[in-house]
Amino acid sequence: MLNPEQKLNQKVFSHDVEQLPIRKGFGEGLLFAAEKDERVVGLCADLTDSTVMNLFKAKFPTRFIEMGVAEQNLASVASGMAAMGKIPFITSYAMFSPGRNWEQIRTTICYNNVPVKIAGSHAGVSVGPDGGTHQAIEDIAIMRVIPRMVVISPCDAIEARKATLAAAQSPDPTYIRLAREKTPIITTEATPFTIGKAHIIFHPEGTQKADVGIIATGALVHKALVAAQKLSQHGIFVKVLNVATIKPLDEEAVWRLAHETKAIVTVEEHQIKGGLGGAVAECLAVHYPVPIEFIGVHDVFGQSGTPEELIEHYGMGESHIITAVRKVILRKK
Amino acid sequence: MSLTDEKVFDLEKKALAIRKSIITMLIEAGSGHTAGPLGMADIFTYLYFVALRHDPKNPSWEDRDRFVLSNGHICPVLYATMAHAGYFPVHELMTLRKFGARLQGHPHREWLSALETSSGPLGSGLSQAVGMALAERITAGRTSPKQFYCFTGDGELDCGQIWEAAMLAGKEKIQNLTVVIDRNNIQIDGFTEDIMPLNPLADKWRSFNWHVQEIDGHNFRMIEEAFGQARAVFDRPSVIIANTIPSRGIPDFEGKFEWHGKPPQTDEEKKTALDALRTLSGKLKNEHSTL
Repeated sequence: MLNPEQKLNQKVFSHDVEQLPIRKGFGEGLLFAAEKDERVVGLCADLTDSTVMNLFKAKFPTRFIEMGVAEQNLASVASGMAAMGKIPFITSYAMFSPGRNWEQIRTTICYNNVPVKIAGSHAGVSVGPDGGTHQAIEDIAIMRVIPRMVVISPCDAIEARKATLAAAQSPDPTYIRLAREKTPIITTEATPFTIGKAHIIFHPEGTQKADVGIIATGALVHKALVAAQKLSQHGIFVKVLNVATIKPLDEEAVWRLAHETKAIVTVEEHQIKGGLGGAVAECLAVHYPVPIEFIGVHDVFGQSGTPEELIEHYGMGESHIITAVRKVILRKK
Repeated sequence: MSLTDEKVFDLEKKALAIRKSIITMLIEAGSGHTAGPLGMADIFTYLYFVALRHDPKNPSWEDRDRFVLSNGHICPVLYATMAHAGYFPVHELMTLRKFGARLQGHPHREWLSALETSSGPLGSGLSQAVGMALAERITAGRTSPKQFYCFTGDGELDCGQIWEAAMLAGKEKIQNLTVVIDRNNIQIDGFTEDIMPLNPLADKWRSFNWHVQEIDGHNFRMIEEAFGQARAVFDRPSVIIANTIPSRGIPDFEGKFEWHGKPPQTDEEKKTALDALRTLSGKLKNEHSTL
């Protein structure tokens, strides 16, 4: 059942659950952050509408800089603005920022330790028909390896809005990962959000113990929830941990879940290597080794197709999560 | 108003002292770059002792001008000039590149907080200077008295990011930005025009809507004139292509790309370098004996 403490959307399992693109939550959050703090500025590399920076641009035209298709310049100009006391948000597709401008992000933003906020939209294979060139499935890995970088991967538009506002108020360089497609609304205004905190959003009823812990992030959290619901109907009980902040990882929440369930499945729309799965494995290898199954992309590139086709093809659908849960149970000692 | 003879002499003496510091710190460090720092010593001297509005005793003074060194590898000249300007003791220069030292092999502003930025990987300094100027415009408008300076190498102009930044600065008509290119014609693998031709360099910048000047980077009166012109331009960013001689001051090293990335190492090289600067010192006194 949904964890009542999290005050989640009660319609999350219904067919008419409201759906919104996660990037829209970012756009609204940026507007809100800019209204609250005049230091917030926006820079975009020729994708103002599709990264939903257009809301900010319309309201604060003098605080918006159109950068053209120049992502390296985008990152370093933002660094310079931050050095002068601004809180710059920079947007493009994740494939290009942070995909193309990694060294500029490392040196001019993180090494300098300035509060630039990088919003990478159209992350994951669910970008769909545009194909593999535009499907960022390595972005979590390349961002979380840089010292000081905070990595946030919201599960829905509401969480993205809260994450954006929280990022604006934090002194840290921050990467916010956004998806293009509409995804079901899981959280509500009342759901807690703090950078660095993961929350159990689904658990067995009553005193029933969980057999497996599912650790999920981003747009696939909804699939993890649906899989958890189906499993419970078959007498397999799981907890679902929503990891909105991949770095710093809420190690205590991960450790507690592993300690309780003795088996973990990670779920993300990203390469398994270096992503959430990698982060969880690094944590548990040190603190509490248990069997882990990884749902994610297996070291290949994407291709054109509908989001659903691609999620299924690359093994990240509900059925795959269910299979992974069954498999990890068999590996328990 | 042009510089008086006394002022030129004073600047030449300072530049010579900075060159001596550069050589002694490089010899002590055992690694680092020689050619670029010596070649840029005169322009650094002019920047820190004439052009820049700054307060070495209060480096975080909010109304200061901002200076970004894009080609961080020439930091021996930056550190030496800052020390002589009073940011930190001159003897600290001997800690260059040593474990735990503030004077990192390439500048890092967390170690040395008086720096505006960290640099080393080439091509990103101009973007940061443009960002600083844009931020100032948002905060204070076009009439802000702050000036923004960025020094780059010429080999560094191979980086695409430089031209991304040049395009943006031209588009945004950033009038309070002055870039100085160290046009010494060398880079690690050889001469710039063999490695990746930059000419016609002035035309490139003009076509990006910049105000362009070319000067002798060792002539203080020309440096003064060019900085003044650059500040007077009100509708465009400004670039000064400063023709410099790499390793200026040590005739045996001058113009040779081999000295781009190494310090004097053998006893003979060290002696050559120190003797040359001593000779320069005597020459300078002679030339200005009437002052």
